[in-house]
Amino acid sequence: MGRRTWRKLVNWIAGVLCAVMVILAVIPLFHVLIYVIGRGLPGLSWTFFTNLPAPTGVPGGGMGNAVLGSLILVAIATLVSVPLGIGAGIFLSEWGRGRFGDLVRWVADVLSGAPSIVVGLFIYSLVVVPMKGFSALSGGLALAVLMMPTVARSTEQMLRMVPREWREGSLALGANWAQTVWRVVMPAARKGILTGVMLGVARVMGETAPLIVTAFGSGFWPSSIFKPIAAVPLQVFVYAISPYPDWQQQAWTGALTLVLLVLMINIVARVVLRDRPGAGR
Amino acid sequence: MDALPDAGEVKIDVERLNLFYGSQQALFDVSIAVNRQAITALIGPSGCGKSTFLRTLNRMNDLIPGVRITGSVRIDGTDIYRSRVDVVDLRKRVGMVFQRPNPFPMSVYDNVAYGPRIHGTRNKKKLDEIVERSLRRAALWEETKDRLHQPALGLSGGQQQRLCIARLLAVEPEVVLMDEPTSALDPISTLRIEELITELKRSYTIVIVTHNMQQAARVSDYTAFFLNGELVEVNRTDELFTRPQDKRTEDYITGRFG
Ligand SMILES: Nc1ncnc2c1ncn2[C@@H]1O[C@H](COP(=O)(O)OP(=O)(O)OP(=O)(O)O)[C@@H](O)[C@H]1O
Ligand SMILES: [Mg+2]
Repeated sequence: MGRRTWRKLVNWIAGVLCAVMVILAVIPLFHVLIYVIGRGLPGLSWTFFTNLPAPTGVPGGGMGNAVLGSLILVAIATLVSVPLGIGAGIFLSEWGRGRFGDLVRWVADVLSGAPSIVVGLFIYSLVVVPMKGFSALSGGLALAVLMMPTVARSTEQMLRMVPREWREGSLALGANWAQTVWRVVMPAARKGILTGVMLGVARVMGETAPLIVTAFGSGFWPSSIFKPIAAVPLQVFVYAISPYPDWQQQAWTGALTLVLLVLMINIVARVVLRDRPGAGR
Repeated sequence: MDALPDAGEVKIDVERLNLFYGSQQALFDVSIAVNRQAITALIGPSGCGKSTFLRTLNRMNDLIPGVRITGSVRIDGTDIYRSRVDVVDLRKRVGMVFQRPNPFPMSVYDNVAYGPRIHGTRNKKKLDEIVERSLRRAALWEETKDRLHQPALGLSGGQQQRLCIARLLAVEPEVVLMDEPTSALDPISTLRIEELITELKRSYTIVIVTHNMQQAARVSDYTAFFLNGELVEVNRTDELFTRPQDKRTEDYITGRFG
């Protein structure tokens, strides 16, 4: 066999191998998605989103309170973690070259790898115990801690990708660092930062363990952020381990709802923050 | 030795300037007087320190960690490296056009209005006025007046560079520094920018780095020749090109090296 044919053959084999790997990686993903849709869809109805959970055997139970609860929890988490995380990201990309920057980066990386139940227990001892009760607030804070490193590190990376020419151009016009970051660098990195936030939201939307020790779950509509609150993953957990087929059906539909929620938030954020006329890229 | 401008006409007076990138020295005892309302061209082979020198004039080198400077740079008699000087204010007075056009990723209008907004102009009518005036001065108004609110990155390279000049003019600087402003452009855009530069000379002090000796000869009044971080010779452009005083200048402009 000539060198050329040999090289062609190797090239072909490498190509095929890559394709096979991609397919192998994607199959479980689609399988899960299709499976969740298949199992969850039969239970999907309008009342699922408007009704409170019902005892087993009683028709018409839903997860309205849990859906609302999840949205509230994620909203609290976003409200807390986005300003802090973006702030930390700006610090890391613009000033974080020294020791302190490395320390912050290290902490963020450790935190993003920490098991979520640990974060839950941390908030439990820091918020739940002093406030003498489970609450939506503590649940939101636990999720915020989980979201923050993702937001901070992705913000940092996105800001670093903004070309130096733009920073220099702004500084050369007599802008200071703050103006440059705020008016040129941040807008240029907007989409990337949003993607980071979305990744964070998607991650915490499905978190269950930290909520067990903070938000706790509830059979009622949310009334106050200082009271326990229902969340879809908690409800799914409870239903999934129950022996009742109707609850198990509800668990599947709850799982599907989680996927839909993440998808919906993603779309809404993208529409709100889409390119305004005049903005490049 | 050189036919330097009269003292009263000097805008920038550089004396025995040395610059170090860490331990590596990039400029050696550079002394030069830059005339106001004239165009001074900096020429020399790659890596000789032209950009480095240019960037000392608005303290852009401050952004690079480890840069150390000795000597003095006086603009209108004030040493810009004295501690009390406000760098932001300095950069407003001494603007810069870069080698690669670098319009911000926003609309044409917002690009030009960027500087004035930063410096506190909020009034919409006033901004409109500034934007139109600056674009006209940069010979870009006719081409962009119907697309002021379109992304600036949709303009051609030559238009983008003129936009960068307009953006600069909008903050009304006194000195305009240009680092090879046409090296990324086609011949026609280059010609337009050169016309523009000649036009701007009436109101601004211009220092331009160029690799192109024809360009230096075409647009500049004075030319300074740098070699290995030293200023070898500075003179009226016609003098320097026809009767270079230094053997090294002669070798360079006749293309014997560099
Ligand atoms: N940020 C930096 N850090 C360290 N050394 C640098 C830095 N910038 C430039 N230098 C060095 O300083 C010297 C002068 O560089 P400079 O960019 O000023 O040259 P130049 O004349 O503008 O070259 P060119 O015509 O290629 O643009 C070079 O030896 C270069 O390697
Ligand atoms: Mg250069």
